[in-house]
Amino acid sequence: MSCKPYIRETSKTTWYLEHPRYKRYMAREVTCIFILIFTFELVCALGAVANGPEAYAAFLAKLHSPLSILFNLVALVVTVYHSVTWFNVTPQAMPVQIGEEFVPGQYIVGAHYGVWAVVSLVVLILGVW
Amino acid sequence: MSERQIELEVLRYDPEKDSAPRFQTYSVPCLNEWVVLDALNYVKENLDTTLSYRWSCHMAVCGSCGMMINGEPKLACKAFIHEYSDKIRVEPLAHFPIERDLVTVIEDFIGKLSSVKPYLIPKDDKPISAGEFKQTPAELIKFKQYTLCINCMLCYAACPQYGLVPEFVGPAAIALAHRYNQDSRDGGRDARQEVVASNEGVWECSFVGACSEVCPKHVDPAGALQQVKVASTIDWYKEHLMPWVKK
Repeated sequence: MSCKPYIRETSKTTWYLEHPRYKRYMAREVTCIFILIFTFELVCALGAVANGPEAYAAFLAKLHSPLSILFNLVALVVTVYHSVTWFNVTPQAMPVQIGEEFVPGQYIVGAHYGVWAVVSLVVLILGVW
Repeated sequence: MSERQIELEVLRYDPEKDSAPRFQTYSVPCLNEWVVLDALNYVKENLDTTLSYRWSCHMAVCGSCGMMINGEPKLACKAFIHEYSDKIRVEPLAHFPIERDLVTVIEDFIGKLSSVKPYLIPKDDKPISAGEFKQTPAELIKFKQYTLCINCMLCYAACPQYGLVPEFVGPAAIALAHRYNQDSRDGGRDARQEVVASNEGVWECSFVGACSEVCPKHVDPAGALQQVKVASTIDWYKEHLMPWVKK
């Protein structure tokens, strides 16, 4: 080994701009901020429900503001992006082996979409009911 | 065979003369069938004998010629000239200190690799006279892909986490630990977990997935790391919630 190896530092603030795959990764990480805010909104909704019909009506009125509608639309889009990108990597994290073969990845991804659809349907039915 | 003039922009660093690396451009008459390693060999043989780089097999088996080619970690012996424009930038593997020109200091990786005990630690000590350790195809398939790792370190050059946190044990070393953990003949998982399941081990991985994208042997280190996370999490729950259950 030489006595003076040259060390190239990785920028702690701009590293993710260096490659498209890093930008994709960061885009996915950023979706968590929207999901966090939406979760807070959901907790507020539960609080409003607990405080009675008037509090809930006031909460709903706030949701009708253009800013709130815009936020909820963006939150929906980024949450779908977050979920789809997660489903796509599940075969890597949770491989399923049957006998001498691994179950093809698309079946594992498909199963996640299936469960997602069923859960959404149940929530919709409970909501309407 | 068609010939093409390529501008090969190579990062140079001489520790005895240079305070920082610089780029040097060589004009190389390349055959379209060549790989970047052929172009480097042409430079070394005909234009500049001082150029330093590692290579050995020229067939993507030894894992020596890993370098950044147009900013992407590649084996120079597998990077075909016809896939590039007339200007190709060649740099040493990212995230490793530069020893000289395209040669990097790899002691950190070698240390990490040996720290995960990447070898069979038999479950049962049995005499040679007792015969071989048999394995079924179903047991083999669990870890076979990880045996294809050639320790080329492209995954470390692609992993932003390793660049930011050099203590991270890293993709190849943990994937190899997982390879032995998955082996039905092996009983060394507990001995490996101390390193693999530490903060600098699998928990430094944030699943960027770059390691698996650049692997020239189509190993999936990112997948291995996520599986290790799942197994280590199950260990934690068993230890804290069900201490009476044996791991």
